[in-house]
Amino acid sequence: MSDFEPTIVAFFCNWCTYTAADLAGTSRLSYPPNIRIIRMMCSGMVDPKYVIKALLEGADGVLVSGCNPGDCHYINGNYKARRRIKLLKEILPQFGFEPERLRLTWIAASDGVLLAEAIRDLTEQIKALGPSDAKMKMVI
Amino acid sequence: MAKTAQLEVKDQDLLKTLRELFKSVLAQDDISAILVPWRLPMKNMVMPTLITDAERLDGADPLSPAFPMNGAKVVSRLTRKASGSKVAVVIRPCEIRAFVELVKLKQGHTEDLVIIGVDCLGAYRNTDYFGWVGEDIDASTKAFYTRVLSGKGASGDGIDWAPSCQACEFPVAGGADISVGLFGMDTDSRILVQAWTPAGEGLFLKMQFSETDEPPGRKKAVDALIAERIAFRDSMFTETRAATDSLEKLTAYLANCVNCYNCRVACPVCYCRECVFVTDVFDHEPSQYLRWATKKGAIKMPTDTVFYHITRLAHMSLACIGCGQCSNACPNEIPVMELFRSIAHRTQKGFDYEAGRSLEEKPPLSEFREDEFEEVVGIN
Repeated sequence: MSDFEPTIVAFFCNWCTYTAADLAGTSRLSYPPNIRIIRMMCSGMVDPKYVIKALLEGADGVLVSGCNPGDCHYINGNYKARRRIKLLKEILPQFGFEPERLRLTWIAASDGVLLAEAIRDLTEQIKALGPSDAKMKMVI
Repeated sequence: MAKTAQLEVKDQDLLKTLRELFKSVLAQDDISAILVPWRLPMKNMVMPTLITDAERLDGADPLSPAFPMNGAKVVSRLTRKASGSKVAVVIRPCEIRAFVELVKLKQGHTEDLVIIGVDCLGAYRNTDYFGWVGEDIDASTKAFYTRVLSGKGASGDGIDWAPSCQACEFPVAGGADISVGLFGMDTDSRILVQAWTPAGEGLFLKMQFSETDEPPGRKKAVDALIAERIAFRDSMFTETRAATDSLEKLTAYLANCVNCYNCRVACPVCYCRECVFVTDVFDHEPSQYLRWATKKGAIKMPTDTVFYHITRLAHMSLACIGCGQCSNACPNEIPVMELFRSIAHRTQKGFDYEAGRSLEEKPPLSEFREDEFEEVVGIN
């Protein structure tokens, strides 16, 4: 399993976490290349079906990240995102998805260091879990 | 506190007594029509029918085990805008609970509506009903309700209730304006009429019922029935979870699905006018299918079967009231009700929500609080 390189799909909000990823880059911080970043205007725009589709297509993990509570550019999108992630975390584990494969974080625009750390930690955790079932088995 | 009356059953004819009750509701000045389960004159099928001619109520049959659709959908059609007059509807408890969800989703209104809920004797699967009803619908319905009310179950003719009904913990019409009680009553002589809301009480007073108490045996009988249903439900949950607790098992569970989406069409709380799964979001380019097939070596067509079901669960599980019409509509006999209810039970619990319980509780995804669900946030 040591050479397993997970694929992690990340939905980052334009205003906070995506900006933090930019900051991490301009600060020359390094983090594992396992992450595939998709820029969203808001974490509240992440439709549950984007997460479900990513996991069924074989993503080993999904990370949704937005502004800290109270900081949402659109006032409350991140609170809505939290309810949707809560819902998915009730549904997906019932079909055998380990809860660790779906994560929500709040990372502010100035937190490049935190972002790099979060990606490192998540990649390690998912490496330890091994490849997702959806990758290994046929899903109709 | 509810206003309660006991209604005399004349000539030991329960159905006739209910029809007379509906006639006296329709006779009220402010009620312009009544929606009842009604025997179609051309065939032994019972369908929700909107009636203004009192004589036609002789065909009303709220005790038949026919349950062709969830009536919440038709009540929503009747109330989505003001019609200018008041309508009474006779629907099953699960139909009331589905309607409660639809009202909260702005798909119907309770103004100008009186909901009459009769204790639900349960229903057969559609296909079972067609084979069972025979030529003499009068005799069929009578045999059914006599057996159920005497506590002998529904399986006299080798047909049992639909699994959704066996697992239903709401046989009594909780959200009705006026409820009609049968369980725990000596239905040869008396039935219970109770008014629970101002609209129900208004009608109750106009119909000049004399108030009495609920007979002591009633609550006990209802509680015993509910306990039996909960036991069935919980073992259904256990079996279904064991059959779907990995992606591989879920895929096998849904392997007969042909993406007809009938479960979504029949679902009373799947209310979107246009489901995303029939929009061009899923009208993939032919070259896309080839790319997928090339990447994976094989893709089942049509694609997105499991994706559809999990997405549907994300959309409707918080509003699922367990009526079982999804299973009724499945052409390939996939036990979808069992799956959807099992998941819904957990998602509703996760939000401390119960679909159909109250008009006051907002649907969980329509609100939020600043300080909640901290446990789903963070990497470590």
